[in-house]
Amino acid sequence: MTTVPDWLEVVLRAVAVLAAFLVLPLLVGQAEHKVMAHMQGRMGPMYAGGFHGWAQLVADGVKFAQKEDVAPRAADRAVFRLAPAVALVPYLVALTAIPLAPGVVGADMDAGLLFVLAASAVGVLGTLMAGWASGNKYSLLGGLRTAAQLLSYELPLVLAATSVAMAAGTLNLTGIADAWGPWWLAWQLPAAAVFLVAGVAELQRPPFDMPIADAELVMGPYTEYGGLRFALFLLAEYAGIVVLAGLFTVLFLGGWAGPFAHVVGWLWTLVKVFVVSVVVIWIRVAWPRLREDQLQALAWKVLVPVALGQLVLTGVVVVAS
Amino acid sequence: MAYVVVGAVLLAGVLFFAAGMAANRLLRPHAPTRAKGTTYESGVDPVGGGWAQTNVRYYLFAYLYVVFAVDAVYLFPWATVVDRYGWATLVEMGVFIGVLAVGLLYAWRSGVLRWV
Repeated sequence: MTTVPDWLEVVLRAVAVLAAFLVLPLLVGQAEHKVMAHMQGRMGPMYAGGFHGWAQLVADGVKFAQKEDVAPRAADRAVFRLAPAVALVPYLVALTAIPLAPGVVGADMDAGLLFVLAASAVGVLGTLMAGWASGNKYSLLGGLRTAAQLLSYELPLVLAATSVAMAAGTLNLTGIADAWGPWWLAWQLPAAAVFLVAGVAELQRPPFDMPIADAELVMGPYTEYGGLRFALFLLAEYAGIVVLAGLFTVLFLGGWAGPFAHVVGWLWTLVKVFVVSVVVIWIRVAWPRLREDQLQALAWKVLVPVALGQLVLTGVVVVAS
Repeated sequence: MAYVVVGAVLLAGVLFFAAGMAANRLLRPHAPTRAKGTTYESGVDPVGGGWAQTNVRYYLFAYLYVVFAVDAVYLFPWATVVDRYGWATLVEMGVFIGVLAVGLLYAWRSGVLRWV
């Protein structure tokens, strides 16, 4: 076997991560269109492409690319233009560290869990930048709500992840998935629930979409955006779902664990990521939007105490065993 | 090596954004008018500026968050060694988190977790 030069390996890995980043969020986006349509009995566009309107996503993309790039006079132009990139790129970087199977990972890091949490938290800055730089009252209010929401939900997310790190005794994501066993489904269930709820809240998806709340804030921080920049914000949301589902799969569902894992482990990971993504979409369809005070109460009065309780439970079990 | 890959991925992301916007420049029209540059306010002319003074009511949540976020920084390295050091380290961390939990309970009881 010939050895690949280091620089070529780096380039290939970066290209592979970028390719995954461009394909998976679109699949999730397509799934959201169709799953929501069927769950709510509102079919939407069914003509583009023939079968079930599958090409509507392509048509939307073409439309977005042809729109004029308008920045309002009142906006802080440089920040306004940069915000979509700041929202999108961190999820790409976070995806680098999420393993599909042992060895099948963009970059295998000792502190992979910490890295993914840290990188995906940066994406929020893009929303805050958009909210502030638009110079629009709706955007500013949406941005402030985003800040309040993320302050509250980052904490239960991190605490739930810590519980898994304790159980596995490592922060390396491959190591965590290897340490996983089926009994974790019961033992780490509170952490899993907290992680999923807090993760959906971090993505600001319904029922936690108070910052966007189209009935009162038009489109929140994205009100003034159109064309490709708006499309990039949408892509960032779907990329966020992929990162959340990927992390949830590795932490709580054992990643590639399953029959014939040494052959088709990567497939198990992808299947689990997709199932978790559909659950995230399902949550959106099933629950109405939370009010701002309910949102804060859920984080501080339910999720944080549950996560702290889980930490105690995990600690006792780890030390006792 | 892992962090070189991260750097390359970051670079690829920035290039993707730059190339996308550059290609978009060729495809999109450019016809600015005065009306297009107006701030959107549901169809009426904007009243005052967008950067108005607002009362940031959630600053207490922000304080609470900062307290616990610092705690989380200690939790991560501790989580990887807890099985090696046993009950003593678990009790120590229990005292640490317990103090914070009492603080949260105090905040709860004194009503600052209610949205005003």
